[in-house]
Amino acid sequence: MEQLLKTIFENDLFVYVLMAVVPLMWVLPYALFAVWLERKVSAHMQDRLGPMRTGGWHGWAQTIADILKLIQKEDIVPKAADRKLHFLAPFVVFIGSYAAFAAIPFSSAYIGSNINIGLFYIIAVSSLVVVGILMAGWSSNNKWSLLGAMRSAAQIVSYEIPTALALLSIVMIAGTLDLQEINHMQTGWFWNWYLFKKFPFVFIAFVIYSVASLAETNRTPFDIPEAESELVAGYHTEYSGMKFALFFLAEYANMFAVSAIGATLFLGGWNSPFGNFMSGPLWGVFWFLSKGMFFVFVQMWLRWTLPRLRVDQLMYVSWKVLTPWAFACILGVGFWTML
Amino acid sequence: MPETLTAPLKTSTGRLLRTEEMVINMGPQHPSTHGVLRLELVVEGEIVVDVIPHIGYLHRCFEKHAEHMTNYQQVIPYCDRMDYLASMNMDWGYALAVEKLLGLQVPERVEYIRVIMGELQRIASHLIALGTYGLDVGAFTPFLFCFRDREGILDLFETTCGARLLYNYIWVGGVSHDLPPGFVEKAKAFCKYFRPNIKELNDLLTYNEIFIKRTANIGVLPADVAIAYGCSGPMLRGSGVNFDLRRDDPYSIYDRFNWEVQVGKGEMGTVGDCWDRYMVRVREMEQSLNIIEQALEQIPTEGDVQSAVPKKIRPPVGDVYVRSESPRGEIGFYIISDGSTSPYRVKARSPAFVNLSVLPEISKGYMIADMIAIVGSVDIVLGEVDR
Repeated sequence: MEQLLKTIFENDLFVYVLMAVVPLMWVLPYALFAVWLERKVSAHMQDRLGPMRTGGWHGWAQTIADILKLIQKEDIVPKAADRKLHFLAPFVVFIGSYAAFAAIPFSSAYIGSNINIGLFYIIAVSSLVVVGILMAGWSSNNKWSLLGAMRSAAQIVSYEIPTALALLSIVMIAGTLDLQEINHMQTGWFWNWYLFKKFPFVFIAFVIYSVASLAETNRTPFDIPEAESELVAGYHTEYSGMKFALFFLAEYANMFAVSAIGATLFLGGWNSPFGNFMSGPLWGVFWFLSKGMFFVFVQMWLRWTLPRLRVDQLMYVSWKVLTPWAFACILGVGFWTML
Repeated sequence: MPETLTAPLKTSTGRLLRTEEMVINMGPQHPSTHGVLRLELVVEGEIVVDVIPHIGYLHRCFEKHAEHMTNYQQVIPYCDRMDYLASMNMDWGYALAVEKLLGLQVPERVEYIRVIMGELQRIASHLIALGTYGLDVGAFTPFLFCFRDREGILDLFETTCGARLLYNYIWVGGVSHDLPPGFVEKAKAFCKYFRPNIKELNDLLTYNEIFIKRTANIGVLPADVAIAYGCSGPMLRGSGVNFDLRRDDPYSIYDRFNWEVQVGKGEMGTVGDCWDRYMVRVREMEQSLNIIEQALEQIPTEGDVQSAVPKKIRPPVGDVYVRSESPRGEIGFYIISDGSTSPYRVKARSPAFVNLSVLPEISKGYMIADMIAIVGSVDIVLGEVDR
């Protein structure tokens, strides 16, 4: 697609900008939709209706109205805050989540940047989020924010290890870090997906990845950095208006990013589950987004069902449960590959 | 608590790192202090070293107001506002005290109505306690399920007396309105509807692994400490003390019903932990349903509910202390009469105030997240703590 665009526009820079902006065309409407979906999912799980008025049909315009409201709101910066860091933090968080989209293959024809170390790049760049969260917590000069930020840093750093280890077993099977390449290897019917390969090792790795990715996106049951009933609102307690919305946007972008990686590595990404049926570059986008949104839905489902773990229990899960099992999976896959 | 959490920090060369304790204010504006409670926490990292509760943000001079009313009946709306989640039980406690002062016997039908209302109110109050407790440990959905069920009870109250929160329903000598036609059927239908929902709550929250991890062995209140502090209600019973005023100092007609006092057994951890206190409330709801169902069967169909309401209340000189079992524990009213038409002095012994006093004792050494779980398990209503 990149080559095609280059021949059409004959301007490399313009094409690069275009390629970079395309995921944004997905992330923004997706975030609006996901916030609405979250409200509806939670509402229907709780015997409520959720937003019903704004925009007519099932309150579809509610998030748009909310965003408009947030844009108009006064941007309050606490007097004792570190103004520079306080300003910068939401952007760093958002960049961290958005940058991951550059290497995610949306379809066989479209990937923001087809680098041969795509998976490595995504794992690395999504760590940037921690920096932003720490900045937000520290600069707010609020004890609750600081506690939230410290929790968050500890949590995201520890959960990156089982996440990376779980993904590593796929890398060992595929022998490449190129996400597009990994997708091509899973072409065909759904039993070609890596999820069903080397049973049960990859399946366990998939479960580990799902659990750890919940923690990486600060979702229940691992939402302790922003635990409402404990830390008021955690690291974004002192944010208002559009900056607050940016944290939200980043959270939802991150939710989709981890879902997309899960879908790409374990569920065949843009491949159709039924061989050649409904396959092709455009259907690829459909399959990819459906698989990603399914994961997003599962995350919402869990959020409205489970209570929250405590900080030390969270660390226990990461270091004493997920990490050893992830190592076991790597060993298992390794031996199997050698045989 | 694991020892590693409290061990002093050292650098690689063995030098001690200097750490500072942090004083942090939880409340009066905080999502989990159940009103306007302020807790001054001294924390070391996330470990709570000391807790100092500050109360009084909702003080409304109940006792002084009571002295300045023109008659005894006028105090009842103020009782409503003490424990606003269990107004019926507050009214009832006060009415019992004045009736004892007067030596008044209320009609049979009134006694049954009071028991039915009091037990429905207990369920409603426990539903809020359990729902918000789920919220405290991060589970949002049980909270709304509990509110959905509470709605049924509030509808029953609304059809009876028109109010949904502050009823002014139980008067000295009677009740303000007779039961509306069809109430007994509706109440029976509610009991039938509500019983399976307790199981739903258990499946969703009570036996959830994460919930058990968060509440078992947390905030353990030993029985002797509970007694020493004068705790009552589910706080006391959660610690394994088998004591309920409805059985051990029966008032009204509680001795006619078949039910059991529920105590904490330490099924998931230690006796007297947060899970036990939570579970006592769940089981009490079932027992309340039993009482309501029996009362609905036995209630006399005829009778004037206001036949015993005195035209003018002028009790003889003297004083009286009457205690009854509210959803939070022993609510006692001490009333001194000087022979006039208004009380000389009213002192309310509120259960949540006493239960809250044990908080510093049971919450030291736990983490901030546990602190929230412990405060939630005490089930305070600040209107009653501050009065």
